[in-house]
Amino acid sequence: MRFVDEFRDADKAHALSARIAALCEPGRQYKLMEVCGGHTHTIYKHGLEDYLPESITLVHGPGCPVCVIPMGRVDDAIHLASQPDVIMTSFGDMMRVPGSNGAFFDANARGTTIKMVYSPLDSLKIAKANPGKRVVFMAIGFETTAPSTAMTVLRARAQGIENFSVFCNHVTIIPAIKAILDSPDLRLDGFIGPGHVSTVIGCRPYEFIARSYGKPVVVAGFEPLDILQSIYMLMLQLREGRSEVENQYSRVVPWDGNPVALKAIGETMELRPYFEWRGLGFISHSALKMREAYADFDAELLFEVPGVRVADPKACQCGEVLKGVLKPWECKVFGTACTPETPIGTCMVSPEGACAAYYNYGRLNRQRVPEAISIELSRP
Amino acid sequence: MCLGIPGEVIEFLPEQPDLARVNVSGVRRVINVGLLSDEPPEPGEWVLIHVGFALSKIDEAEAAAALEFLEGIGQAYEDELAALRDSQIE
Amino acid sequence: MTQQLASTPPPRPRRVLPPGEREQQVLDRIERARRRRPKLREERITMSHGAGGKATHTLIEAIFLDAFRNPLLEPLEDAARLQVGGATVALTTDSFVVSPLFFPGGNIGDLAVNGTVNDLAVAGATPMYLSAGFILEEGFPVADLTRIAESMRDAAAAAGVAVVTGDTKVVEKGKADGCYINTAGVGAVAAGVDLGVANARPGDKILVSGPIGDHGVTIMLARGELDIEADVESDTASLADLVAGLLGAVPGVRALRDATRGGVATILNEVAKAADVGVLISENAIPVRDQVRGAAELLGIDPLYVACEGRLVAVVDGDQAAQALAALRAHPLGAQAAIIGEVTAEPVGLVTIKTTFGGTRIVDLLVGDPLPRIC
Repeated sequence: MRFVDEFRDADKAHALSARIAALCEPGRQYKLMEVCGGHTHTIYKHGLEDYLPESITLVHGPGCPVCVIPMGRVDDAIHLASQPDVIMTSFGDMMRVPGSNGAFFDANARGTTIKMVYSPLDSLKIAKANPGKRVVFMAIGFETTAPSTAMTVLRARAQGIENFSVFCNHVTIIPAIKAILDSPDLRLDGFIGPGHVSTVIGCRPYEFIARSYGKPVVVAGFEPLDILQSIYMLMLQLREGRSEVENQYSRVVPWDGNPVALKAIGETMELRPYFEWRGLGFISHSALKMREAYADFDAELLFEVPGVRVADPKACQCGEVLKGVLKPWECKVFGTACTPETPIGTCMVSPEGACAAYYNYGRLNRQRVPEAISIELSRP
Repeated sequence: MCLGIPGEVIEFLPEQPDLARVNVSGVRRVINVGLLSDEPPEPGEWVLIHVGFALSKIDEAEAAAALEFLEGIGQAYEDELAALRDSQIE
Repeated sequence: MTQQLASTPPPRPRRVLPPGEREQQVLDRIERARRRRPKLREERITMSHGAGGKATHTLIEAIFLDAFRNPLLEPLEDAARLQVGGATVALTTDSFVVSPLFFPGGNIGDLAVNGTVNDLAVAGATPMYLSAGFILEEGFPVADLTRIAESMRDAAAAAGVAVVTGDTKVVEKGKADGCYINTAGVGAVAAGVDLGVANARPGDKILVSGPIGDHGVTIMLARGELDIEADVESDTASLADLVAGLLGAVPGVRALRDATRGGVATILNEVAKAADVGVLISENAIPVRDQVRGAAELLGIDPLYVACEGRLVAVVDGDQAAQALAALRAHPLGAQAAIIGEVTAEPVGLVTIKTTFGGTRIVDLLVGDPLPRIC
């Protein structure tokens, strides 16, 4: 597969790995956070930690839009799906996320119709094919996916479709990163920056991280070599005492983002004053809802939504895992009471949740490359 | 928010300027290219696909540059190791 | 300086570092938890219970094994081996609820015959007789039923079996999705044949008979919900001949399984758990068609978990792996057979994969169906 296979070449990985190890100052520990759940997934799926020296720890961040959905919103979605003549549609990632009374699969067992779709356009198709039904699309995702929801709503309006609406749970990435930066529990050295979010918002929004917090950021692609190269670029910045925003994923990410996408979001959606994030609490201006002009596509207005705030189960430590304060195996219920079969929290359910990734892929002894080879390698 | 796959644009659908057929490793899908309306892709160009939409064009020059850097790192590494081994002979 | 260089480690040295003590304690706790008998917590059946993964296994153990427990059932292999008169007979059953009924490469009828034939074949039995029970939906076109029956006739002929008994029921419109089929099969097991995943031992090699994931991807695309077109078709086929050829040429076959729902990954996990061994496979070695790979990447699912309907997984004595490969490749259905990995002593009960990238990770059982992901 073009643009994929070339970035999975193991030989180049070994070279990068040695370079990264050589950039580590003896005796110093490094903590780098990968924000995106997709990066967490790649790191575990390809065993990338095997290529890093022991002194570099990867901390998994909150960039998993499924993981940050509070249980109350899952309950709301199921409540919506239980209304007469409603077909709820949702991405596959959400189907097993537990609410207070089970997940979407369990709700279907009790009689709802919650269908899995690959694209919001599929949801619109279902609405067109079922004029007697009210089709709701559960919109989740960061700025990567919001444009697709926006375009679908615009298309629905243009085509005069009246039985389609959106239950909007889009969240924005910058407030989450800021919450991490301001968290007293965490001391990070740099960020592996979100890849596909950046195709929409560009690289400028991360500049405050470098300028005001002094941490380097490298916007990274999703293939293993992309991530290793980004780690290399971060380590180089740290070694050279720089803190800048760099774009490793330049083949896909334009520095200024995608103005058409931003316009579509701006046309149909606006920021909520605040929104609850699982584990991070209420964050202001961190999530999107439909604008008044598109109220006829807003499921929260068309249907009554209980909106009850449901506290996480006491045993659940997803919040700390999402902030990178706890490693998955440090959670008290990890692997025993909380497993992929019997998940307590979202980190274990979402395919890119840190706990799921570690449980499904990473539960192994680690083989690491040795510390910096004791020879000065000249830089390129 | 992350699953984006590169695909090659094959053709636009007649009468639907927003829709294009793409090829991913022999698999063909119709996707919406409306987000690239500022600079619509041409057949033969590659785009990044996410939930049925093209989010961005893949810049072949940048991809080539990225690969060149990776080759370079690999080569420089091999060169230095060779130099290392040679200097041992002394 | 020269002294240092002389003792410089080779270019890609690796050190095995144990996880920290606390992390190891957690990992141990998890392994203990995994060994405990799973409890069924749900009050209602969900789609996950039908996927062939963890949820299915839990359901079978908690409800069916509990209710029916007997030594012949316990191994939970694809077919049961029974003593009848003086002969060893294999008995198996399977139900087919696929939608759509007709898809590139075949239809529900082909699956119904080949699926049961294959379960017998991988038990080391020569498939002989099938039963066929039909549950038909009111309003189902007779022409479609005829097509299905004719496909079953042809598949049975190709597999060398006869359909000798059956049943027909009709249910009201809205049930049975058109047509459901159940088949049961019996076959004769030759003396001395004892195949079973519990036989696997360290040093054995693992083979697959061809590219994986064809059937599952074909069905997903045939449902038409995904707007994806690809030239893939179901690999449904009778493996009886292929198996006979393999068993004839290679005495050291420990176990055979046909990779159906849950895919190759599920079988490998069954081997690891039944035999208390580890399984290590190499991503590079696994045959996957380009289109299957492309579709799987598009959807964010892993071909290792996608159903096949005409592929077998063989666990073979390591010394005879090359012969086994040759025997498979000698048959048209095994032309792309490959050795994909081996059985190891450690880590017990776990399947691991060496990725194309060189790292290692676990291949666990999924809870339910592989769900397309966007993230």
